[in-house]
Amino acid sequence: MKELAEIEGRAIPYGAKNVDTDVIIPARWLKTITREGLGEGAFETVREKHDNVFDDPEYAGAPILIAGDNFGCGSSREHAAWALLDMGVRAVIAPSFSDIFASNAFKNGILTVALPQEQVDRLLEVARTQPLHIDLEAQSVTTPMQDRFRFEIDSFRKHCLLEGLDEVGLTLERSDAITNYEQRQRSDAPWLAKGVNA
Amino acid sequence: MASKPRTLYEKIWNAHVIERREDGTCLVYIDRHLVHEVTSPQAFEALRIAGRKLRRPDLTLAVPDHNVPTTARVDDAGNQLPIADPQSAAQLAALEKNVADFGIRYFDAVAPQQGIVHVVGPEQGFSLPGATIVCGDSHTAAHGGVGALAFGIGTSEVEHVLATQTLLLSPSKTMEVRVEGELGPGITSKDLILHIIGVIGTAGGTGYVIEYRGRVFDEMSVEGRLTVCNMSIEGGARAGLIAPDETTFAYLKGRPMAPQGADWDAAVAWWRTLATDPGASFDKTVVIDAADIEPCVTWGTSPEDVVAIGGAVPSPESFADPSKREAAQKSLDYMGLEPGTRMADIPVENIFIGSCTNSRIEDLRAAAAVLKGRRKADNVGWAIVVPGSGLVKAQAEEEGLDRIFTAAGFEWREPGCSACLGMNPDKVAPGTRCASTSNRNFVGRQGPGARTHLLSPAMAAAAAVTGRLTDVRDLGEA
Ligand code: SF4
Repeated sequence: MKELAEIEGRAIPYGAKNVDTDVIIPARWLKTITREGLGEGAFETVREKHDNVFDDPEYAGAPILIAGDNFGCGSSREHAAWALLDMGVRAVIAPSFSDIFASNAFKNGILTVALPQEQVDRLLEVARTQPLHIDLEAQSVTTPMQDRFRFEIDSFRKHCLLEGLDEVGLTLERSDAITNYEQRQRSDAPWLAKGVNA
Repeated sequence: MASKPRTLYEKIWNAHVIERREDGTCLVYIDRHLVHEVTSPQAFEALRIAGRKLRRPDLTLAVPDHNVPTTARVDDAGNQLPIADPQSAAQLAALEKNVADFGIRYFDAVAPQQGIVHVVGPEQGFSLPGATIVCGDSHTAAHGGVGALAFGIGTSEVEHVLATQTLLLSPSKTMEVRVEGELGPGITSKDLILHIIGVIGTAGGTGYVIEYRGRVFDEMSVEGRLTVCNMSIEGGARAGLIAPDETTFAYLKGRPMAPQGADWDAAVAWWRTLATDPGASFDKTVVIDAADIEPCVTWGTSPEDVVAIGGAVPSPESFADPSKREAAQKSLDYMGLEPGTRMADIPVENIFIGSCTNSRIEDLRAAAAVLKGRRKADNVGWAIVVPGSGLVKAQAEEEGLDRIFTAAGFEWREPGCSACLGMNPDKVAPGTRCASTSNRNFVGRQGPGARTHLLSPAMAAAAAVTGRLTDVRDLGEA
């Protein structure tokens, strides 16, 4: 996972509410076997319309996406996070996120920034012409027009994102504790410890 | 001092916590991990990229089910047939490579034990009482039917389990669904769980693990319990549980991956201690009167859209909540139904008997009992039976059930997820209706534009015979 401290760049001013994971990445893209290339299917149904923000050259390669309430609801597919990453998005700003999406995003190194609706509205407006700046250390989103909005983030998630640590790596550091547990299980519940190759 | 009375969930949870973090999150040991072709490729990809190994390949079992076609898999000469859809073929090939590279026990697409993960796990004795079981699939809750704490996980978590055999989890709240009294004649475990979801709603169980309690469950077969727990997720719950008892032990004894000899005795001794202690408290209790339950069918595009077969399509106006009213209207538009239409007057063109909810031998027996000596109605075009595993299929053939189905005009298929989800070639044609024993009636779930009515295997068989949704109790003798 790449470390994430600051993000500077254009933001796609999408703004739609209740965007479900089917919109982010339609089900037909679930039959892939790698994480790469899903950006092509991202927001496919939205992009069928001519003047959509995703195909506007103004926002090509933008690292930030701004959306409405309840972003990422619906099916728990992690492909939604992979598709955003593959598009180049490292942060999503919205008034609220579905829990599962937020957790999938975090696991894949995407920052979710929850801000009150009026602040999101302001950022939507600014983003049409200006880049945004997100500083994870300071927990702030700023604009060239002197806006400065602070956001909250769980300290564990913040630490992991800043350091580029993934959960697997962190848990592997606890492997002694896991080994102890396994030894205990081998004597307390040998039938469980034995597994299927025994 | 006697220890505080605990629930079944708390006992299993406590036995698996390795350590607790300050914020309450726990590192939890996972005893059994089921893997299939759709949610695993990217997890293995990530392991390879990071150069990580599998911690316990011996606690992992893989089997393809979601994508595999349910038509013949070998030709007359016994050669394996290729899968036509290139993406499905690629997912299957990826799984085969991954299990070989990482040393995982695997039932391949033509193995006699191949089937839907949630049918295969209990059937092999891989799923055990008191164990923590995960799979990259939301219907993993099914394994709660043998008294295991089982739940679905995402691909990152699949990777986490493969690499560490643990997960980082927060404890769930506990919910008791207590069913009082007895089920009427002809009422099945599927009717029961549909009724329960109708009562609690699809968000009713959010944040909870449900324990199903009451005489109805004590007297239910393990197969019926698997059906009930399977659909816990449709009630919003993370998992469903039924306490393991003598019925469970008898079901598991002698299964290939179940403990043997002294291990078996020790296991049973521990399993007997798992049931919820008298006086243990739940965070929430829902009481249901079994006498209220009729054969159930769904009318809409959410599993909570349940009515008794004797009922009618509700009017959106009948919902107090404006968002429900709107959802009901959308459902009716999609389903092509008018409020007030009697459920028993709704014609169906397709019948699907299968899925991890209802594809075990008892389900097939129940459907065959209705179909024996009968034929599907002329307006029913597509009717398929898809056994949950190769072993279920073989058992059914030994009992002659396949001949009853084919004589009734059904196709008898190879095991897999099939028309439960439109991911393989088995799809319901757009705009047509399907009486389906599966678990989800979402928009497009059985194929784009498909209209799904969820019901029990016996009710699906009855619908096949009359060509419309039908109370199986009205059918009488063939
Ligand atoms: S049968 Fe349906 S619900 Fe069950 S695992 Fe397969 S796709 Fe999922």
